Amino acid sequence: MKIVTRKKVVVISIFLSLLLCFVILLSITIGSVRVPFFHSIKIVFQSVLGLRVGGNETEQTIILSLRIPRILLSGLVGAGLSVSGATFQALLRNPLADPYILGVSSGGAVGAIIAILMGLSSPFATPLFSFAGALLTVIAVLYFGKQDGKIHPNTLLLTGVIIGSFLSALIMFFISLSQKEELRTIIFWLMGDFSFSTPQAIFIILPYILLSTFFLYLHSRQLNLILSGEENAVQLGVDVERLKRITYLFASLITAASVSACGLIGFVGLIIPHSVRLVFGTDHRLLIPSAALVGASFLIASDTLARTLLAPIELPVGVITAAFGGPFFIYLLKTRKVIKTL
Amino acid sequence: MIEAKSICFRYRKEWVIEEVSFRAEKGEFIGLIGPNGSGKTTLLKILYRLLSPQKGEVLYDLTPLRRMKQKEIAKRIAVVAQETYHLFPFRVIEIVLMGRSPYLGQVIFESKKDLEIAERVMEWTKVLSFSERSIDELSGGERKRVFIARALAQEPEVILLDEPTANLDIHHQVDFLDLILTLNRERGLTIVMASHDINIASEFCDRLILLHQGRIYKTGDPHEVITKRNIERVYGCQVLVDQNPISGMPRINLMKKGIQNKSLERD
Repeated sequence: MKIVTRKKVVVISIFLSLLLCFVILLSITIGSVRVPFFHSIKIVFQSVLGLRVGGNETEQTIILSLRIPRILLSGLVGAGLSVSGATFQALLRNPLADPYILGVSSGGAVGAIIAILMGLSSPFATPLFSFAGALLTVIAVLYFGKQDGKIHPNTLLLTGVIIGSFLSALIMFFISLSQKEELRTIIFWLMGDFSFSTPQAIFIILPYILLSTFFLYLHSRQLNLILSGEENAVQLGVDVERLKRITYLFASLITAASVSACGLIGFVGLIIPHSVRLVFGTDHRLLIPSAALVGASFLIASDTLARTLLAPIELPVGVITAAFGGPFFIYLLKTRKVIKTL
Repeated sequence: MIEAKSICFRYRKEWVIEEVSFRAEKGEFIGLIGPNGSGKTTLLKILYRLLSPQKGEVLYDLTPLRRMKQKEIAKRIAVVAQETYHLFPFRVIEIVLMGRSPYLGQVIFESKKDLEIAERVMEWTKVLSFSERSIDELSGGERKRVFIARALAQEPEVILLDEPTANLDIHHQVDFLDLILTLNRERGLTIVMASHDINIASEFCDRLILLHQGRIYKTGDPHEVITKRNIERVYGCQVLVDQNPISGMPRINLMKKGIQNKSLERD
């Protein structure tokens, strides 16, 4: 009988991990500065294996300090946003839900813009302010969105959307006050930007995204139950209030960490969970790991295109995710029946 | 055994359930009847603690429901509610396996034993042949059987049914209720069924509870409850009550207004 078993999840995850490795290697070798394919591969393996890295020093810097941190960060964010989006879709029982729907991203943006306007803009301060702004929003939405101590998905959704709109108004207000140089930084931040990726940023957000994903995965079976309604989940013995609180907090934490590291990257968190669902089914025990791996591959590939397509000009990665992801999603939607029977 | 002890419940200001007490013994088949808004569905929801009464309490084998974990309740009481909307539809086997959830706790994957139980209950409910299909591709009768299978996978002692025959044609109504009756008679499952269909309740249930404006108006075997007087008082429309000539159970007949008047004249 075709059901999701541990074995199936492991096999598909290994397969998708191989795909991810392939995308990573490919992305390392592509860039605006040409580094010959085999040089790149050699540099990667030498540094991974802890050997002395030989060859051209410029090539080393490009690969090890520029491309690899950027690839790892975009992979991490892509995985995080996909897991967070899938969780919000289940929690809010709304197919339009994405990681940003509850205003967490706007909170993060306000924080980052405040840092920029205060002249504190740095690879360290901006993410910190952004993370603080995002967390405050998470708490505010939960506080105002609760009714008699309970989370009602629709009330939470409305509260989140309204707080998000309020924060967007603040963002526009700040933009109208800003100077030309600040404006550019702000706009780039709002469109999502990996060009400042540092190894530190990766290490800071890694535990948030990894641990939150782990805890969400522990509840993946319960997420299946709540998808057909809370009453259903109660009938099957789920403590739904606890489940809603936990999933809301961890999914928001992932969003907050992602936004603080690279700004707002749209579309990934909406489309990857849906695409993966169309191919692998609705079961969150399979959906969460596959969405993470596919999301990572997708955002790495998108960012690679963003930095190379019109090189030396860099496109905002959001342009690529929407321009390539959209048509691909429509294609999946149209061929859904075929894919399902595979 | 499940027992309600003078429970009262309100959503906002007005009480929708008032001083309701009854007891369902092990192996009983109880029908909850009453007009729209009389509190049938609310009462069922209280019985599995989706809602908690403001006054009174529900006991399961003498243990108050409010002291039990939701998981422990779900191991004993299964629910087949009215249709819910499936946002991202699951397949039949996936839904039936969900019935194993109370036994899995924090475990993420079902064991071989869970799968065996699922297959067994799917055989009983005759859904095994379409176990790979998606729930939104099935007919109303098939869907109902899938949810009975899910309930059985919980290995419960009590099954609560909310309007199980609504939207089913008569063939599927009888099929479904025969299945329930078999489970009740052969496996000793306690059944509490809320129904709009008085005749079905009369035909299949051991005992009926007639609710009226949140209170129990009358309880007893179908002969005691389904009388012209009770039904007309509670439902506020005139009916003719006779007996099913074969089973001997009381049966109501609806009439349009003109015919009612004629029969009244003759009385």
